[in-house]
Amino acid sequence: MNFPKELKYSRSHEWVRFSDDAAVTVGLTEYAQQELGELVFVNLPDVGAAVSVGECFSDVESVKAVSDVYSPVSGTVSEINETLLDSPESINKDPYGAWFIKVQGVYETEELMDAEEYRSFVEEEENR
Amino acid sequence: MEQKTPLYDAHLSLGAKMVPFAGYLMPIQYGTGVIQEHMAVRTSCGLFDVSHMGEVLLRGKDALNNVQTLVTNDCSSMVDGQIRYSPMCNESGGIVDDLIVYRQSADSYLLVINAANRHKDISWMKQHLFGDCKLEDISDETALIALQGPRAFEVFKRLSSADNVPERYYHFLSDVDVGGVNCTVSRTGYTGELGLEFFCRASEAPVLWDALLKEGAGEGIIPCGLGARDTLRLEAAMPLYGHELTDDITPLEAGLDAFVKLNKPDFIGKRAIHEKGAPQRRRIGLKITGRGIARENFRIFSGKEEIGYITSGTFCPCINYPAAMALVDINFITPGGTAEVDIRGKKVGAEIVALPFYKRA
Repeated sequence: MNFPKELKYSRSHEWVRFSDDAAVTVGLTEYAQQELGELVFVNLPDVGAAVSVGECFSDVESVKAVSDVYSPVSGTVSEINETLLDSPESINKDPYGAWFIKVQGVYETEELMDAEEYRSFVEEEENR
Repeated sequence: MEQKTPLYDAHLSLGAKMVPFAGYLMPIQYGTGVIQEHMAVRTSCGLFDVSHMGEVLLRGKDALNNVQTLVTNDCSSMVDGQIRYSPMCNESGGIVDDLIVYRQSADSYLLVINAANRHKDISWMKQHLFGDCKLEDISDETALIALQGPRAFEVFKRLSSADNVPERYYHFLSDVDVGGVNCTVSRTGYTGELGLEFFCRASEAPVLWDALLKEGAGEGIIPCGLGARDTLRLEAAMPLYGHELTDDITPLEAGLDAFVKLNKPDFIGKRAIHEKGAPQRRRIGLKITGRGIARENFRIFSGKEEIGYITSGTFCPCINYPAAMALVDINFITPGGTAEVDIRGKKVGAEIVALPFYKRA
């Protein structure tokens, strides 16, 4: 499974990209999409909405079930990836390209793992 | 501890994701996923292990009389080799289970029941048996494999002969050699497609399963799990016990009028169904027009009034929209009418549509 080195990871299986332009990008990891199965529906927040650490900001549905997506950071949604609304399957095909939201004014971040830590975390989850 | 079907090892080697269901460890999906499995059944064919289903034999001079008392449909006109679907009701007209009756001979009937209801059904039947009629539970020694889809007969013919396809829907043939395995071949299914179901001895199931997958490869066969079984039956508007049917829902409320023969001398629940008269709620189909998927137990509104609830709902891959079945107050049912479903606190628009959502061309 692919866990890019430049990203950080949450225990609830979101990836986070910190870049220079002050906005933080959030998406679902390859492990998450594999566990969820083929996604057929995505709900995204509105631009301008407040998100906070550990709170649900989106939900994704597979044929079988709905799952919440949690925010690893606190801040304000500055951009949403509207293409996901029409093609939720892109999350399965390209989990690191199919970002969910960009967050600005981040004032809090949960404790995140780097790629190697996350890989061991996933292995533990799989063996449970 | 869950039971395993005789095909458990075959599922593991095919990369199935196994889940506990009705006391069995069953494949929910294989590597290709629910959507591809669903579409394979709609466009070519799919293979399902449904060995968890229960099989009960009723035999003796009074077997027919017992069947007639237990189920709401009329089985008196059946001939050998014929199959009939029927609800089985309790005294209040609620549904104990829905089942399929196979007439093997005048004094021998095979009843195929839901796995989740096996023990409940058998104790219910035993409580009501009378006269010369013996009940035998053959579930554990019987495997059931379903081959479903437009190419199903082509696959079957490679392992048997064209003569061994039962001539009509809801008919079966016994003692048929399918790839060296002795089977009862039943022209039935739970997908809304053409298809066959094979009963065989549990010990021989792996041979039959492998042969069907091998010979079906050229027709595009893939193994399918319970996930696709559920989306397929929902698209075809087939009710599922525990969802559209329960101990508190009558067959008329569930829209199974065609399988309830009130002119039959007697059956358990007849008086209650008769006394209740026209049902006040009915099973309907909903096409979700807003954003979201309506799931089981979500509440349905017309304006501010709560008018019913969702019994099953999912995204249906072939019709390509989220669909649901629901039990709704008859005063609010108008074809083409609209309603709103409470999807986790948001009211989402839905349209009342005719069932089934999908009908084979």
